[in-house]
Amino acid sequence: MSWRSEATVLAVAFGYLALLFLIAAWGDRRAERGRSIIGSPTIYALSIAVYCTAWTFYGSVGRAAETGPSFLLIYLGPTLAMLLAPFVTRKMVRIARAQRLTSIADFISARYGKSTGLGALVALIALVGITPYIALQLKAITLSHAVLVDYPEATGGTLENAPFWADKSFWVALVLAVFIILFGTRHLDASERHEGMVAAIAFESLVKLTAFLAVGAFTVFVLYRGPGELFARVAETPALLEVLGLAAVPGGALGWVGTLALAFLAFLGLPRQFQVMVVENVDERHITRAAWLFPLYLLAINLFVMPIALAGLLGDAGGNPDGFVLTLPLGTGAEGLPLLVFIGGLSAATGMMIVETIALSTMVSNQLVMPLLLRARLLPRGGQGALAGWVLGVRRLAILAILLLGYGYHALVGDAYSLVTIGLVSFAAAAQFTPALLIGLYWRGANRMGAGLGLTAGFVLWAWTLLIPGFAQSGWLDAGFLTQGPFGIEWLRPYALFGLEGWDIYTHALLWSLVANVGLLVGVSLFTRQSSLEQTQAALFTEALHPRLDQASLGHAGHTPRGELRALLDRYLGAATTARVFAEEPDQDDRHPASPALVARGERALAGALGSASARVLIDSVVRGEALDLPALLSILDTTSETLEMNRRLEQKSRELERAGEALREANERLRELDRLKDEFVAMVSHELRTPLTSIRAFAEILRDHRDLPDDKREHFLEVVVRESQRLSRLIEEILDLARLESGRLTLHPERLDLAELARRGVEAMQRPLEERGITLEVAFEADAAPVIGDPDRLEQVVINLLDNAGKFADATAPRVRLTLARHKRGFRLAVEDNGAGIAEDERERVFEKFHQIQHQDDGAPRARPRGSGLGLPISRGIVAHLGGRLWVEDAPTLGGACLVMELPEAPDDDAAPPTPPTAPASPAAE
Amino acid sequence: MTKVLVVDDEPNIVLSLEFLMQQAGFEVMTAEDGETALTRVAETRPDLVLLDISLPGIGGFDVLERLRADPDLARLPVIMLTAHGREVEREKGLALGADDYVTKPFSTRELVERVKALLGEAGQEGAS
Repeated sequence: MSWRSEATVLAVAFGYLALLFLIAAWGDRRAERGRSIIGSPTIYALSIAVYCTAWTFYGSVGRAAETGPSFLLIYLGPTLAMLLAPFVTRKMVRIARAQRLTSIADFISARYGKSTGLGALVALIALVGITPYIALQLKAITLSHAVLVDYPEATGGTLENAPFWADKSFWVALVLAVFIILFGTRHLDASERHEGMVAAIAFESLVKLTAFLAVGAFTVFVLYRGPGELFARVAETPALLEVLGLAAVPGGALGWVGTLALAFLAFLGLPRQFQVMVVENVDERHITRAAWLFPLYLLAINLFVMPIALAGLLGDAGGNPDGFVLTLPLGTGAEGLPLLVFIGGLSAATGMMIVETIALSTMVSNQLVMPLLLRARLLPRGGQGALAGWVLGVRRLAILAILLLGYGYHALVGDAYSLVTIGLVSFAAAAQFTPALLIGLYWRGANRMGAGLGLTAGFVLWAWTLLIPGFAQSGWLDAGFLTQGPFGIEWLRPYALFGLEGWDIYTHALLWSLVANVGLLVGVSLFTRQSSLEQTQAALFTEALHPRLDQASLGHAGHTPRGELRALLDRYLGAATTARVFAEEPDQDDRHPASPALVARGERALAGALGSASARVLIDSVVRGEALDLPALLSILDTTSETLEMNRRLEQKSRELERAGEALREANERLRELDRLKDEFVAMVSHELRTPLTSIRAFAEILRDHRDLPDDKREHFLEVVVRESQRLSRLIEEILDLARLESGRLTLHPERLDLAELARRGVEAMQRPLEERGITLEVAFEADAAPVIGDPDRLEQVVINLLDNAGKFADATAPRVRLTLARHKRGFRLAVEDNGAGIAEDERERVFEKFHQIQHQDDGAPRARPRGSGLGLPISRGIVAHLGGRLWVEDAPTLGGACLVMELPEAPDDDAAPPTPPTAPASPAAE
Repeated sequence: MTKVLVVDDEPNIVLSLEFLMQQAGFEVMTAEDGETALTRVAETRPDLVLLDISLPGIGGFDVLERLRADPDLARLPVIMLTAHGREVEREKGLALGADDYVTKPFSTRELVERVKALLGEAGQEGAS
């Protein structure tokens, strides 16, 4: 039995398809039991490898054989796109999940205000643009089958014109239709994941990679003994060296850029890539793994492309380079390997067809057929769930139709282009979606009108520069317009539009279609307005990654009776789904209005089944009133960002508050301390005032009540009253002075004066009172003249104060006080010392505190000398400080007691100069 | 003859109190600080003490405490004198066992009345 016999090949091929069925069924059953097998980033990356179709499998070698390493550009584009996937794809996944979007047509339609027209346009472009691509897969299957079975007679030449029932590709298409209907339309909700299908696709990705690596290894290590020998052989054939070079790329450097851009844009715009990357995504985090795993897959599957192409060109395998992967092993008489390669190619082709057909059929049913039926009111007015069957029916019919359309294209046109050519034409069509997709994702201003016109223009130019020339080259049209232009208009020639010549046709087509597409999208958007729904959707899309946006309840502000909503969902989704939608608010009366959140859930459920545009139309039919508009949405967005901003600012504020609180506590503490000091001061003052007042009152009352007092007593008592009154006045004066000093409002009248003369006056004034108290006063002037700047009255007060004070502290039995005046550096020192006990070191500063009274021993004898108020020294220090001098306590040099020293700076020499005011600030006594 | 001890560090106040008590018919002793006051009490056994709170050395409250600590002197009538009008001091004085509390400046007649009243009570107690 030959591995290559018709029967064996057919049996293996259909056996392989049966295996796919099993895998898909297993995947679906696991999903239903809640044990998903596709919840893995590796499976996700493998499913993205659906990008590698039969075109990769057979066509890469073909392209490498013709134009060298340029085939790599087709894989560099997606690699670049995957670098952006963690940002772009994640955003699309987030949006598609939130809005239950089912396809790229639905996505673009939803972005631009759930526009039915735009959705239909995208579906139409996809249908026209991608059908050739499906045809390409069928062509690959047919050709590879022919090569495998008929080698060496058939080596990938032309297709036989066989009737369709004898064409294996027709039957492959039918089998696939059954597969897709079974695994692609199990659920009405197209936004639900097709887990079985994804599992099968991931498996197919493994199969095609294995097969390609196998034939690659065979070529390099079996046909040649390693890459060394292969490349040595190539080096001997100068003609082949050109293939290795970069110059072979059509269109030169521009062609490179063009092909790279084309692959990049197409990867993002291809319906099947959107299906596996966005709709079928299970977990956003998988994107991160796929971002490097998928490019790695691309690297692996391209590893042997060049060696196989070179080996094919070197060897005598001959025939179409697209078939080298088969003819090389066949040429050695191998049979098992070619069959594996065939299965690999089959897996690449079927994988693409399955996903692409599911994506296209969803678009066709949701964006083209259902909106038309809804608008034409052709849907039956059936009861519960009646329309659910309709929707599924439409989708199944669409699957069949798409595959038959692909077969038709394959049978009629497919012969004209090589695999690569068909692929690139489809790529250019898919690339038209990317501007509306990407710009809409990041620019809120992009609108429906711009997207619609851009897409239309891009599509028209694509058709004119790539699709129609294809028909012409197939002989379906007169090819004359290719060279002369339509009606002889040269600048409209499809391959040299507007006189642009010398470019490769794809770069040329891509340039013109994208210029028109992007130009109109941006230009028209700038000059036209968005509807409110469009504004809402634009904001939702561009802000999709905004934190907590998905939780924002975006519903209708209008009024919808629950009953009507329930009836609507019942008709389209069936009882079970409707019950799920209503499950969160089950208890309410159906006559009540539905909550906005419920209406939003209902719309999302409908969108999953029918697409967002149709869902919006249906919901609008039961909602009375305005939908949530942009201002409402923006306020939600703003509230969210405001909340975040507010939180951030609150944190900052609370830190500031903490610091302020700390400062306040400290300030409060200081205030408390000041308050306490003030209370103490007031208490002291009141105490000091009460003391003389007590004597005055007591003696006044005595004098009043005892009119018969002897004269001497009466005289004595009156004298006490007078003296205590004076004391009271002095005290009040001192308190006021102190208050003025402390508040800085003490008015001094500084003038140039002789401190020596002033001291003499003070001594004269105190001589008698001190002598009366039995105190000996000594005076020693070491400077004859001591010019200083000062207020004479205040300074005299200070000198008297010092003398009086010293008198109090002088020795009780033989009290002595000594005043000295001497020059010291650039000033003068006036010192007053006594022969008392002295003042302890730690007491020396405290004597300048208010009301500080030094406790001194008392022999018990009645004191003849008056006690001080305790304010004299603080006031003196304040005055001296005001005049730029100092006042302090030190040991008495001569008498051994305490010594108070006042130092004042010498006045400026110039007698004629006007008195210079002191520069010292008017501050309280230094403490 | 009833003896009154006047304790104050302000000579003029001592002078006035001395005169007032003498006029009221009491024998008057004086002291200008706490220590002297305690000595005078021990020496002369007065029937009543007029005691200023702010005294140099041992303060008025300390003097009162020491008097009350002595069982012989625990019932000796004491009138506190103070130039501080603060309520807390009045309470403290009464809590320590002062019999009366007079704020400076005082009415001389009222003070004499209070002294007489206290001595009258004490006298009655002594008589019974």
